[in-house]
Amino acid sequence: MPKKRGADIVVDVLIEEKVDTIFGLPGGAIMEVYDALFNAPFRNILTRHELAACHMADGYARASGKVGVVMATSGPGATNLVTGLATAYMDSVPLVAITGQVPTHYNAFQEADVTGITRPVTKHNFLVTDIKDLALILREAFYIARTGRPGPVLVDIPKDITQQVYDYKMPTIKDVENALPGYKPHYEGNIAQIKKAAKLIRQAKRPVLYVGGGAVASEAQEELVKLAEIAKIPVTTTLMGKGAFPEDHPLALHMLGMHGTYYANMAVYNADLLIAVGARFDDRVTGKIDEFAPEAKIIHIDIDPASISKTITVDVPIVGDVKKVLQKLVKEVEKKPIEWEEARESWLKLIEKWKIEHPLTYDKKSKIIKPEYVIEEIYNITKGEAIITAGVGQHQMWAAMFYKYKFPRQFINSGGLGTMGFGFPSAVGAKIARPDKEVIAIEGDGSFLMNIQDIATAVQYRIPVKVAILNNEFLGMVRQWQELFYDSRYSSVCLSVQPDFVKLAESFGAVGLRATKPSEVRKVLEEAMSINDRPVIMDFAVDREENVLPMVPAGKSYREMILHPGEKGEAETMYLVG
Amino acid sequence: MIEEIKALKVRPQPKTVVRKHVIVVKVQHNVGVLSRITSLFAGRGYNIESLTVGKTHEPNIARITIIVNGDERVVEQIVKQLRKLIETLKVRDITDIPHIERELALIKIHTADSDTRDEIMRLVDIFRAKVVDVAKDSYTVEITGKQDKIDAFINLVKPFGIKDVSRTGVLAVVRESAQEKIKE
Repeated sequence: MPKKRGADIVVDVLIEEKVDTIFGLPGGAIMEVYDALFNAPFRNILTRHELAACHMADGYARASGKVGVVMATSGPGATNLVTGLATAYMDSVPLVAITGQVPTHYNAFQEADVTGITRPVTKHNFLVTDIKDLALILREAFYIARTGRPGPVLVDIPKDITQQVYDYKMPTIKDVENALPGYKPHYEGNIAQIKKAAKLIRQAKRPVLYVGGGAVASEAQEELVKLAEIAKIPVTTTLMGKGAFPEDHPLALHMLGMHGTYYANMAVYNADLLIAVGARFDDRVTGKIDEFAPEAKIIHIDIDPASISKTITVDVPIVGDVKKVLQKLVKEVEKKPIEWEEARESWLKLIEKWKIEHPLTYDKKSKIIKPEYVIEEIYNITKGEAIITAGVGQHQMWAAMFYKYKFPRQFINSGGLGTMGFGFPSAVGAKIARPDKEVIAIEGDGSFLMNIQDIATAVQYRIPVKVAILNNEFLGMVRQWQELFYDSRYSSVCLSVQPDFVKLAESFGAVGLRATKPSEVRKVLEEAMSINDRPVIMDFAVDREENVLPMVPAGKSYREMILHPGEKGEAETMYLVG
Repeated sequence: MIEEIKALKVRPQPKTVVRKHVIVVKVQHNVGVLSRITSLFAGRGYNIESLTVGKTHEPNIARITIIVNGDERVVEQIVKQLRKLIETLKVRDITDIPHIERELALIKIHTADSDTRDEIMRLVDIFRAKVVDVAKDSYTVEITGKQDKIDAFINLVKPFGIKDVSRTGVLAVVRESAQEKIKE
């Protein structure tokens, strides 16, 4: 091997890792690497803010399943990544962040302890102190990011190391594994535990599958559908699990938890067996812990042993990759017939009754645009095939509830950290990863403004994403909580001063469209769908005080669900079947 | 087949007990590894009572002994999080496994007159400690043993006036007989 600059070694490793796109913004400490990128054979997207770059890499990773790559300079460049890394960390997204650091042994301009700052929000991070380690560390970063429970990994490289030259050899995967003797993720699942789980599944009278983001990450839809069908188990998904199980399937219960459907929550509340698949019993799911699925035995399949029995003690833990474990579990369940056939039938019938009595609903005769209506129309016009991203707040919940997701990686949102401003940049990343798919960011007016600057990036690279703003001139979710729990004291939630989003879009060179009446919604969407060379920003003036319902208030039991005003019945009705 | 139930259903919650835990960790001895470990405790508001690090016979591998007071569930979670760290090779909570604990302390005691010197020497004898430095008005005593033995010694010499104490923190290894039982 000829001698190479540190910066060129970085590019070599990116090529070796088959990277096709990186996102970032240069600066002093990373200039050497950007110089090497000048001739790199992959796409280099220049963003307008490092945080947007991080969210783009995140959206790219979630849409493709590949490792997203983001680059930033030292000091403020790197600290701007922190929220993006934390977002990816909470949702187990594989990212590699490469940051420039000031030269070693200086007290310098734009200096910050980046590995120190990012330690709690990354799966692992590295500070390169010797050019001899550079290539190996970068390859370790990719390996750690994509294996086991995926997550973001940061590599901080001082400028002098990117400038030094070194006669290096590309490390192999074997070298990487040897350098990480303590890192051995379990994929297979313990067969004795799987047998125990299969027995519980056959013996259950009221089973429910509770499916999270782990099933999306491991792309286990086929196995999940098979298990649900052979054992006749209804399936509810978390916000992160959307798309893991087709929502138009008769066994689909849709989302559970705080804004879950009535029928999903009632099914979980009354279940005698809960099979948690790649989910982590987040507080938004469980509500009050000691009343969460109070009668149920719990099977928990997860790749991360630290997720198991964290908040709720489980009966059968299975550590492994969801797809691999489900394959074996299906085989085991099939070995013997299901006991309690009759009880299972009446369980499904009861759920069917709940579904008919309490579907997701809203006022369909409204003369003002209802946000739920906008989502339904987006669903109709895209035939349920689009990739949807969302910011955080009410619009995120409506996007989750009123679009029916069919395939994994179809719904991209910041479920764990709840990062406002995530929707639009992640849509840009998703569109770059999946140019064949229509990609629509559902945004709130508050959320969208948090990364508005990067419309410029989407225009510059002609990324034809669509943005649908559900504009209620409020920080809507906070307003909803204030209405319900703080006696309608609307403290700091009114966003009545805002840009004219249509003109704003046009000023960036994007297309701006607006709908103020229900009759205009379809027209605006049709026009947006016909444009494929630029981003389109759609501003929907929606009902300002619409609430996301049903709702289980934070820390409350499912029995205390607040239903839609138009609905009859009470949530506290409890049943026992068979 | 459907019957309504009126009684409120509740998921039983496990009881938690706060007590002293001894955790031993083997790690790759890289820069920053200690900070990763201690922040797991700090993030949960747990003060580490003692932490010792030392090289082992294997190159680039260090062994850490951590003593922490904590609730069973939280400590179990910390152990899992420790295992999750990329640089850890082995983590064990050995609290309930027969093991040997030792600590070493250097204690500088004020010696006002020959009577105190005699009294201190008697205590040193009883505790099988050692005087390692003698000055005009002080003795420095080296003592090893379990934490409570050292605590007891310090309490006894306190009245003479302690000028300084330096303790290593607890070291622990599992008894070989227990090790073999675990392997079976």
